[in-house]
Amino acid sequence: MSGEQQVGIVLVSHSAELATAVAALARGLAGRGVTVPIAAAGGTPDGGLGTSSELITQAAASVDQGVGVAVLVDLGSAVLTVKSLLAEGDELPEGTRLVDAPFVEGAVAAVVTASAGGDLDAVEAAASEAYGYRKQ
Amino acid sequence: MLDAEFFRRWLLLSADLIDRDAAHLTELDSAIGDADHGSNLQRGFTAVRTALEQESPATPGAVLMLAGRRLISTVGGASGPLYGTLLRRTGKELGESTEVSPGELGEALRAGVAAVAQLGGAKAGDKTMLDSLEPAVAALDDSSASFGAAREAAAKGTLATVPLVARKGRASYLGERSAGHEDPGAASSALIIAALADTSEATK
Repeated sequence: MSGEQQVGIVLVSHSAELATAVAALARGLAGRGVTVPIAAAGGTPDGGLGTSSELITQAAASVDQGVGVAVLVDLGSAVLTVKSLLAEGDELPEGTRLVDAPFVEGAVAAVVTASAGGDLDAVEAAASEAYGYRKQ
Repeated sequence: MLDAEFFRRWLLLSADLIDRDAAHLTELDSAIGDADHGSNLQRGFTAVRTALEQESPATPGAVLMLAGRRLISTVGGASGPLYGTLLRRTGKELGESTEVSPGELGEALRAGVAAVAQLGGAKAGDKTMLDSLEPAVAALDDSSASFGAAREAAAKGTLATVPLVARKGRASYLGERSAGHEDPGAASSALIIAALADTSEATK
């Protein structure tokens, strides 16, 4: 538990619509009164499909409450961009972590866990565990 | 010895070659990818050109770090963080020196290529930029460090990607159908190595 502060969640997708919709879905499924900071970083600044390091760093800064930021990504350049930003060391808030998780299920698990007061480790574990949920 | 001006000219020439071949790179990418490699790299290297015209980093390492950072923030596709990492790691290896030897650059480039492999999780034969970059840096693997040999090795490595089945990135979803096409990332890597050799020859 981390008192008033909550882990921030950043959703990075090639598509602005997808990132925004997953954020809304996760918030909606997490229940009423959820105050977890969630930011979508989707697409490129000109509205195209792709990954933008600017949007990612802005999103991470906007949800950082000082207790860590969990970044969930869709695929390809989204994964590589976040990894290379983390390797750079100074563009993302301290305590920012790339979480290895399925994008939709992981986002829901992360938001629910963060809203219950879980710390960054707990949020990461819950999001990654979402891989274990088989659909058939 | 190679100074900051040499690295500046190398990257500006890279930008010129990317401009020249952007349509070709995108065409290669339309066969097995999402048809944006040429335009993405063109946007990235145009930003690099602008940054190098506005700023004058004093060391080879700083030139590469600046360019790498611009690529990561402007390309918008996987090639941004990959090339950005290549340049930044290479620049980091070169440290604060105001001049470096060709041998030192070769060594730094090997570290840069290793960082690309680690970031993308790819290895030689996966039909990626590494199939061009790894033979190129291997050709620099002696004290004579000939950039011309690296250019040839990169071009050869690029051609050798044609029959390969892609195992990384979007092209890997095509499976066997990815064979028969030259890898666009290997092709753009060969351009950047060619720009290095051309710059070195123009300096002599």
